[in-house]
Amino acid sequence: MSFLDLKNVTKIYPNGTKAVHETSLSVDEGEFMVFVGPSGCGKSTLLRMVAGLEDITEGDINLDGKLMNEVDPSERDVAMVFQNYALYPHMNVYNNLAYGLKNRGIDKETIEQKVNDAAKLLQISDYLQRKPSMLSGGQRQRVAMGRAIVRNPKIFLFDEPLSNLDAKLRIQMRLEIKKLQQKVGVTSIFVTHDQVEAMTLADRLAVINNGIIEQLGTPIEIYDNPESLFVAGFIGSPQMNFLNGNLTNKTLSAEGFEIKDINSDFEGEVTLGIRPEHLSQTENGLINLKVDLVEQLGSDNLVYGQLKDKKDFCYRCPGNQTIEKGANLSLNIENNKYYIFDKSTGKRVN
Amino acid sequence: MTRFITSSFSHLILLIGILIMVVPVWMIFASSTHTSSMINMNGLQMFLGDSFYENYLRVLLYQGGFFKEITALKMFFNSFIMATGVAILSVVTSLMAAYALVYYRIKHATLLFWIIFITILVPLELRIFPTYSVMAELNLVNSYFGLIVPISASAIATLFFRQFYKTVPDELLESAKLDGANTWRFFVDFLIPLSKTMIVAMLIFMFVFGYNQYLWPLLVTTSEQYWTVVMGLKMMSGSIVHRFAFVMMSMVPPILIIIVLQKHFIKGVFQDK
Ligand SMILES: Nc1ncnc2c1ncn2[C@@H]1O[C@H](COP(=O)(O)OP(=O)(O)OP(=O)(O)O)[C@@H](O)[C@H]1O
Ligand SMILES: [Mg+2]
Repeated sequence: MSFLDLKNVTKIYPNGTKAVHETSLSVDEGEFMVFVGPSGCGKSTLLRMVAGLEDITEGDINLDGKLMNEVDPSERDVAMVFQNYALYPHMNVYNNLAYGLKNRGIDKETIEQKVNDAAKLLQISDYLQRKPSMLSGGQRQRVAMGRAIVRNPKIFLFDEPLSNLDAKLRIQMRLEIKKLQQKVGVTSIFVTHDQVEAMTLADRLAVINNGIIEQLGTPIEIYDNPESLFVAGFIGSPQMNFLNGNLTNKTLSAEGFEIKDINSDFEGEVTLGIRPEHLSQTENGLINLKVDLVEQLGSDNLVYGQLKDKKDFCYRCPGNQTIEKGANLSLNIENNKYYIFDKSTGKRVN
Repeated sequence: MTRFITSSFSHLILLIGILIMVVPVWMIFASSTHTSSMINMNGLQMFLGDSFYENYLRVLLYQGGFFKEITALKMFFNSFIMATGVAILSVVTSLMAAYALVYYRIKHATLLFWIIFITILVPLELRIFPTYSVMAELNLVNSYFGLIVPISASAIATLFFRQFYKTVPDELLESAKLDGANTWRFFVDFLIPLSKTMIVAMLIFMFVFGYNQYLWPLLVTTSEQYWTVVMGLKMMSGSIVHRFAFVMMSMVPPILIIIVLQKHFIKGVFQDK
């Protein structure tokens, strides 16, 4: 059994909402697990069940070899960082950090030592005497982290802790969280609906949709090998292009082109997925793109346009290529990097 | 120019209002520092006399009542005990009742709350005889306990605390739980400090409420030893200046409480911001 073990966990809220369906998952000690998915898919619910803030309707949660189902959150030895930080507004930063230690009956000197160490690690030593209302968003974020770190819990839980920060600070804190977690080595679960955050932070990633884990794996595995239409569409930015097609006799006929010798015995209607970055310009390519708009990001250009049948399509090319609006591009798929999904079930078939 | 006129006008109205309220009080105070013969001959006085110490000391220490066994000093003591008791007890019970209503999974908590709330519509006078007979059965007539307890359940304070608790974000409770706080610690370490301002306001309010009680203490005490200041106002005999002095002194405790607690009150308000 691994460090954190979820077995067939289901959550049905009293009002009948089924937020999590029979989910099983194991997280190893020291691992950084990220839950990612669209709003309302049950990420927070799953996390809160690990914390003990929500009852488990069915299934088991084991942490460090102990069954947690009936254990009170105060006894679980987990720490959580909330989206709005939930700092204690009437306590100064020092006491915010010290509170959890005091409740565990730790003596004063040890508390002081631990709080000061954590404060130094997070560079908040200068604010220890301030109330949370006198801190900036980024500083509050650090205090919230400090409150989790100082207790040295079995597991860190993060529920979208970065979503209240501005874009620049978010990237900075993202890096710091990752560094910190590697330094402290505590098992962590991080919830986000931002796929860039998910990709950059995760050791392993759980893509959740409608209360089900659609795919579990390292960020690269999931990027390279999405197992379903949902995962393919959710991971990757800009989003993967999807085209309708038909698969018969190992030949895919999409609107306007054909691909032969496909490694699949599936027959029927399919969706073809191609990432914008897996295309390149050639003469007489498969795909003809009429350019509507070019977004220049510096390092890359994002080229938006339409195919013959007016279908929207995106192509990502190096930033040093100049592409004019209205141009006609001829594109090929690099290294056969395309994904074929059963149109009715959304499952990958190639 | 028009602004000057309107603002002078509103100041004038305020001044008149203040005068209407303050002048009678001042007249009583000024009169209470004269001798009674002076008042009897010349009516109420606007200026201070020289019998202040004499009159006030006499009132404080005079053995009054039918049996001549209570002094004004004792009445102040009784009133203070009663008002403080009512203030503290009602704030504590309201805090805890509101806590239970908001944070415990009580069935029909809202219904229960409204039942508590309805008692606002039932004044003490309406239930005074049943309440009296309960106190009599319990042998609590002529005791501080009997004076304090029956009027110490405050629906208004419960309402205020409940509404306040409802604005406290859930994450705070959850975060505290994960930090190892049990329900009692959450109450003591979070809700009480966070509602400090409101607690002080309620203490003032309930102190004045307890201090101003007349009918209930009148009913539940037969011994003069338990007379309160407000009862004394009615019962005190003596010359006019002594009564004036007593009236003046009766206003001091509520004012004092407000002055003392107001500091915390304002501090609380500013700290929360
Ligand atoms: N207390 C509750 N009672 C009933 N239904 C709830 C409750 N909390 C959440 N839900 C429902 O459960 C589902 C999952 O909610 P959850 O908060 O886990 O989503 P999420 O993935 O965290 O979304 P977001 O990214 O917006 O935070 C949603 O459909 C939501 O409406
Ligand atoms: Mg959420």
